Order: sequence, then C-alpha cells, then structure tokens
Amino acid sequence: MRTGAAARAGQYAALVAYLVFLAFPFLWLVSTAFKPPRELGSLHPTWIPHDPTLANFRQAFDEQPLLRAALNSLVAALGAAVVAVLIATPMAYVIARRRTLLARAATGWVVVSQAFPFVLVIIPLFLVLKNLRLIDSVPGLVMVYVVWALPFALWMLVGYVRAVPVQLEEAAAVDGAGRLRTLVSVTAPLLAPGVVATALFAFVTAWNEFFFALVLLKTPEKQTLPVVLTHFIGAEGVADLGPLAAAACLATLPSLVVFAVIQRRITSGMLAGAVKS
Amino acid sequence: MTSVTEAGRERTRKAGRTPRAGRERSLLDRHGAWFLVLPALLPILVLSVGPLLYGIALAFTDAQSGRTAPTQWIGTLNFRDLLHDTLFWESFRIGLVWAAGVTVPQFLLALGLALLLHQDLRLRWLARALAIVPWAMPEVVVGVMWRLVYNPDAGILNETLRDLGLGDGRDWLSGLATALPAVIVVGVWAGMPQTTVALLAGLQNTPRELHEAAAVDGAGAWRRFRTVTWPALRPVALAITALNFIWNFNSFALVYVLTNGGPGGRTRLPMLFAYEEAFRFGQYGYAAAMGCVMVAVISVVLALHLVGRLRGGEDA
Repeated sequence: MRTGAAARAGQYAALVAYLVFLAFPFLWLVSTAFKPPRELGSLHPTWIPHDPTLANFRQAFDEQPLLRAALNSLVAALGAAVVAVLIATPMAYVIARRRTLLARAATGWVVVSQAFPFVLVIIPLFLVLKNLRLIDSVPGLVMVYVVWALPFALWMLVGYVRAVPVQLEEAAAVDGAGRLRTLVSVTAPLLAPGVVATALFAFVTAWNEFFFALVLLKTPEKQTLPVVLTHFIGAEGVADLGPLAAAACLATLPSLVVFAVIQRRITSGMLAGAVKS
Repeated sequence: MTSVTEAGRERTRKAGRTPRAGRERSLLDRHGAWFLVLPALLPILVLSVGPLLYGIALAFTDAQSGRTAPTQWIGTLNFRDLLHDTLFWESFRIGLVWAAGVTVPQFLLALGLALLLHQDLRLRWLARALAIVPWAMPEVVVGVMWRLVYNPDAGILNETLRDLGLGDGRDWLSGLATALPAVIVVGVWAGMPQTTVALLAGLQNTPRELHEAAAVDGAGAWRRFRTVTWPALRPVALAITALNFIWNFNSFALVYVLTNGGPGGRTRLPMLFAYEEAFRFGQYGYAAAMGCVMVAVISVVLALHLVGRLRGGEDA
C-alpha cells in the first residue's frame, strides 16, 4: 500500500526491537547451557561460549534424576492428553449440536473455571485425593490434569465440531447409515485433525504444569520435570547455572517441537471456539 | 439430490430397517446426549465443581493439617482475622500492582506486535515463530531463564549495561526496589504470545475494504486505527485483557521460581502467600478464606468487563 519510506523504516525498526526482546532471553539460556564453569564465573560473560562444552548436560543428569522425572512427566502428560480428549470429544459434540441447558451450563463452567484461583481448588483436591490414597501418585496427578485441561479442550473441540457441516451427517442418515455408523465414518475423520491438535495442546499444558505437581507429589522419585528443575536452585537462591540451563533447555525441547507442529491449528481452534454460529 | 435420497431410502428398505431419518436428524436423542456427556461431566463434578464448593466451605472452618481434634465450623472468624492481617493486605496490594503492571504493557506491546505482523513485512515469519516460544515454554523454564538474564555477575543484563557505560548494574531480583519491576517484565514477556495471537486473529476479522476506503478518503493511520480497526478489535481486546488480568492475578510458578516472594515479601503475590499458609503452615481454612477474597476481586473484574462489553454493544 502507500506506506511512506520513513514509516516503513519505523515499522522495521519496531519489528527488530520485538525480535530482540522475544529472542534474547532464550538465546542467553542456550548460550549459558554450553559454557564451561570458568566462563560462567567470569565477570564479562559473552554471547558465544569460547569453549563450548557438553559437560553441563552430563552434570545435570548426575545432579538430579532427570530421566526419571522426564518419564514421570511423559506418563502424566500422555495420560492427561488421552483421557481429556476421550471424554471431552463426546461432550463437545453434544454442546455443538444441541442448544440445551446442559450445553449452556458447560460453557458457563468453562468461563468460570478460568477465573478461580488454584489455591481454592487445590486444598480440597489435596484433602480428597489424600482420602482416596491418590496423593503423591502420578495417577492422581493425571486425574487433576484431565479436569484442568478440560475447559480449553472443550472450547477448542466445540469449535472443531461446529466446523463439520451438520448437513453431511443428515445426508448420511438419509442414506440409511445408523447413528454409530455416521459418527464413525462421516464425523470422526473430519474431526480427527482437531482432536489430535487438542490432545497435543493438552499434552504441552500438562508437561509444563508446575503448581499441582509441586503440591501433590512429595516423593522425589515421583516428581515431574518442572518440579525437579527447581531443585537445581538451592535454598539460598544460589544455583549451579550451567547444569540448570542445560536441564531447562532439555525440558523445553518436547514442548517446542509439539507446539511448532500444532501452532496453526491452535490459533484457528481458539478462533473457531470463539465464533458463535 | 432427490435421486441420492431415493437410493438411500431404497437401501434402508433393503436392509429391512424402518426409516427414522426424522428422529436421527441430529444423531442425538435425549438418552444419547446424556450417555455422551457423562464421561466428562462426572470428573468435572467430582474434581472441579465439588472441590470448589468444598473449598468455599473450608473457609468457614478451622481446618488444619495434622490436627487430631475434629474440624469445626467457626463462622466468619477466618475473614475477620484476614481483615487485620496486614501481611495479607500487603501481599494483596502487590498482587494488584503485579496484575495491572503486567496486563497493561502486555496488551499495548501485543497490540503493537499484532499490528506489525498484520502488515506485509519481511521477517514476519520469524517474528511469528519467535512469538510462540514463550507460550510453549514451561513457566519454570521461563523463570530459570530470566534468572540467568538478571544474574548479577554472569547475567547478560548487567554485562550489557556495563558495555553501554551505564554503571555496574545491580542484583535485580534481590533489590528491594527492583525486584517487583523485574518480575513484572518477565510476566509481560511470558504472556505476550497469547495476547498477540488473539489480537492478530481479531485484526484479521476487520473489514479490509473499509480500511482502504478510509485511506482513499485521506484518513491518516491513527484515524484509520481509531475509526475502523479499533471498533472491530474491541470485543477481542476486552476479552483477552480481562482473561490476562485474571490469569496474572492467579499466577504462581513464575514468581515462585524467580524470587519465591522475596526480597522481604516485596514480590509475594497472594497465590504465594496462600500456598505458604496452606502447605507450609497447614492452615487450610485460613488459606481457603484468602482464596475466597481473591475470587471476590476477580468477580469485580469480570463484572467490569461485562459492563464494558454491554456498553460496547450500545455503541454499535
């Protein structure tokens, strides 16, 4: 369009400023992870390590049970993602296809659940799970994560269901396909990409989650990756920077990969859920 | 179309079934709907709605951890105690400063970025990709990362200040005056992606023709933004700002990792306060009362948001 050269230059300057602001902490984290202890102690740290080393990664695994923590996180996140999608998809279908009181109540709950401070939920949950003997266990954590991931999963899935034209289902029914048959061979294939995106999003949220894991898991062998990461920081707030940075990089990798895959779908899913038919 | 329908009917008859197309239109009768909803409804009731009500009830009891005497109803005693708890109100004030201090710059910066990304600029793909990074990262890692940035010796911030000749820098996260602003910057950084994505989506819904018509009529950039873009963007902007405020007010992990509420409680957000009260000192009832007070504040924000939305409706 007719944007002046000066305005263009200003726009590029602003864009570069944003790029720097967004990228520099992340680059610094990666840089720190590859620095030998001598450089970390130096008073004039540099962006690019003089002698890049993998020692920090080895030391991180020696200092904390990272592998076991990653395994715990994986079990919790996978469990939460699968169960959340399995139970949310049918409900989302009902909400999208029927305007009942229930659908409205569910939508209301999705909104309200965003507003409540975790602390008001975590104390009762803590007491309930204690009575069920599910405290300090990964299955108990999965249950909490499922409910915690449900609002956003429902929100996205309702949007994806609405995007499947109801006329297709009607046509199948007219053609004599039974209810189950229609759902399985008409609706499900069209819904599948959205369901996968929702599951992956639930996976990332559970993988990244910290607060519930901190409160509910006490035994060191059961703790998830974010909780174990905080153990690198000592009681006095003094941390062994190299291994800490290395472990933080490793913990971020799965989330980044998954997010890169689903990024476009998440954006469109947020929109789809937001647009009322 | 008719022939397809005919063929369908034919097939149905051959299969020996009675056509029930009328009833099956939506694929859902009353029982079917309940059957589909129940698997999600039960966990929601047991693990979300139930605990919420239980939590509110706890606020009116003297529930504590490791206590042998049975828990008793104590009416509003917890709330009366809270009223005189200056530490809590100080934490509450910090929470409001933090939530407002993060939400407002977050919105303005995200709006700027969204407007830039909406333009036809080079490097846009890079900015889009980078804008996602803070979103995908675990909050704990965001905290760890900024600790490295703020580190007084090995941190890049002080090194940059030294290079620019702006003094020796300082220990940002332990300084009484700098701790809260420092964590607020991290909060802004961490929350920008969602806001940008939401605003960008809103921008893409603004009518392009209207924009061009306004440009032809000689409206400047600011005027075009005010009269064309903003009215279309307003509902999205209001919704995301209200949500951001609530999320920020309830946030925990970032500040827990960055400062754990220090120095001297200068960054002790209400969530951190309530967490310590409940799980370090075991005062479940008292902590639940704090949670209730936080809910009250959030309700006020939501109410204001709804009023703003209604007023926006009148303008349209």
